[in-house]
Amino acid sequence: MSLTAEQQSFLPALRRFRRSHEFWLLVVVIVFCIGLGLATDSFLTLQNLFDLLTSNAFVGILAAGLLVVLVAGGIDISFTATASVAQYVALTFALRYGLGWFAIFAIAALVGIACGLINAIFITKLRISSIIVSIATLNIFYGLLIFFSGGKYITSLPKYFRDGVWWFEYDDANGVPYALNLQILVLALVFLCTWLLLNRTNVGRQIYAMGGNKDAAQRLGFQVFRLNCLVYGYLGLIAGIASLVQAQLAQSVTPTVLVGKELDVLAAVVLGGASLTGGVGTIFGTVLGVALLAILQNGLVLVGVSSYWSQLFVGLIILVAVSITAWSERRRRKAKAIN
Amino acid sequence: MSAGTGTAQGVSLLARIGRGGPVTMLGLVLLALLVVFGLLLGDQLFSVGALQSMAFQLPELGILSLAMMVALLSGGLNLSIIATANLCALTMAWVLTHQVPGAEGFMWAGWQVIAVLAGIVVAAAIGLINGAVIAYLGVSPILATLGTMTMCKGLSIGLTRGNVISGFPDPIVFLGNGTIGGVPVAMIIFLVLCAPVALMLNKSPFGHKIYMIGSNERATRFSGVDTRRVILKIYVLSSLLAVAAALVMMARFNSANASYGESYLLVTILAAVLGGVDPFGGFGKVGGLMMALILLQVISSAFNLLNFSPFLTVAIWGALIIAVTALSVLREGLGGLRR
Repeated sequence: MSLTAEQQSFLPALRRFRRSHEFWLLVVVIVFCIGLGLATDSFLTLQNLFDLLTSNAFVGILAAGLLVVLVAGGIDISFTATASVAQYVALTFALRYGLGWFAIFAIAALVGIACGLINAIFITKLRISSIIVSIATLNIFYGLLIFFSGGKYITSLPKYFRDGVWWFEYDDANGVPYALNLQILVLALVFLCTWLLLNRTNVGRQIYAMGGNKDAAQRLGFQVFRLNCLVYGYLGLIAGIASLVQAQLAQSVTPTVLVGKELDVLAAVVLGGASLTGGVGTIFGTVLGVALLAILQNGLVLVGVSSYWSQLFVGLIILVAVSITAWSERRRRKAKAIN
Repeated sequence: MSAGTGTAQGVSLLARIGRGGPVTMLGLVLLALLVVFGLLLGDQLFSVGALQSMAFQLPELGILSLAMMVALLSGGLNLSIIATANLCALTMAWVLTHQVPGAEGFMWAGWQVIAVLAGIVVAAAIGLINGAVIAYLGVSPILATLGTMTMCKGLSIGLTRGNVISGFPDPIVFLGNGTIGGVPVAMIIFLVLCAPVALMLNKSPFGHKIYMIGSNERATRFSGVDTRRVILKIYVLSSLLAVAAALVMMARFNSANASYGESYLLVTILAAVLGGVDPFGGFGKVGGLMMALILLQVISSAFNLLNFSPFLTVAIWGALIIAVTALSVLREGLGGLRR
């Protein structure tokens, strides 16, 4: 029996997928899910799924943005400060001038993009390494925000914002209501947009190329400055949007609460297989990386481990995952060298 | 003497200052700042009390920056220094609060020594994990230390449930709060650590290998250096410096906690880079770091005396590093034009 053309192209792709980082990550996530499903009654429920998605939306959205920067060969850890600034500015304006949904998202997005562009300009025009620039801008954005805001909370948010989004409500047999909320909607939308950007656009291929080899990309005529503006601006935009999602969930704006989470997001993205040297990383892997950390923390609580210990397990998972990845990479390279 | 040679001399002097290392440059910045602050604050900044309080504050960040610098010089990074310091501080604090109060005479002193030794053992173990994962498994330093950072912090939180351990015997408290001849003991500890580290980096074969690995790890390996062993030692050394910082920090607060000093983490990188350490490794001197630390401390103290928010200080620190790096990039650019 001969295979159709479609099957022929499908099989090597499947074989390639089986060797990929994402495949093993998927296996681990599935094993975790099955194990937790057997161990507890509450894990594999629709309610838990919605809770998981809602509470991890902020990290997930940021992870998608950071992935683009990592693929481009850069790194940015100022995005939590960007998010804090965007959140504060957008909701302060909203309260003062009585703005609506569209306006606050527009303001947060613009503030985010502006912060991202500042990073891009410093990194490309001054040729300072991206990690140093973003540490510096993290301190600058955050320091100025706290200086001007006095570190004050905003608790009386506009009513429509507090109510959020509640679409397609559905009640299950026990009368528990489910609905698509703002967090889940934005999370899905951001992942879709990032996937489209990286996989379905010319610019996306250029980002991978620049991350893989910046000098070669430059000699091919790619506009490195423009690409950098795009990726750092994109992360800024995402940070701005994510900040509103977080504020809606927390029902308040606290300028000090976001900064410090940047390394958690970075951990999720690299767990998903993105390389810090650039050019490598997929949106599917990032989804799995975020999912693994979310499920791990959620599962530990459900199994009855005190949440005080969850960070230890997160650290262990990160260390084991990056070690296995590096080890198999090294073995593969050795095997290649021998052949 | 004609005007021509006068300008020529002027140019050559400027060029010499321009060509000088980061120490010269930071020295000029420091001088400028001292003049400005001196005019604003008068004698306040240079009073004995102000100088002494600066000398109390500088060592914590100083020792931690030293720990970060060692890793940076080899082209790596150690994100786990703060978490290591806190875990070690908690270990020492546990011994100090559980064994010392009941002990008498000789054992009273003995247990204090044992407490410090226990901290050193924990630090060495973490350093070995970091070093082994980075050197022998080939994990990128940022990821490996991100993992151990999360793990150490998780262990600290899990063991203490986020609580503070406080109340240490007098000799330990003296290390953080005492003075000898007007000079804070913490400052003396810092200087005593700086000298051997500087000596080791500049004069010993080990120090030489660190710089070589930072410049080109592969070339260093091919020239017959066991780079993996050297990297292992670097991260153990970095951890051991972190335990010294832990001792100073816990002594100053007379308490230990899982999350003390976390805001220092990224600032240590800023301080090192400001002091002329190349973020990609290979270049940097302890003298430059000292200069950067003094500069940061003068800004912080002066802002404090001017009643500015400490967050503004952090923002200015961030701006300073971008400004100084931009200056050196511009200088290189101008040099290129002149040639």
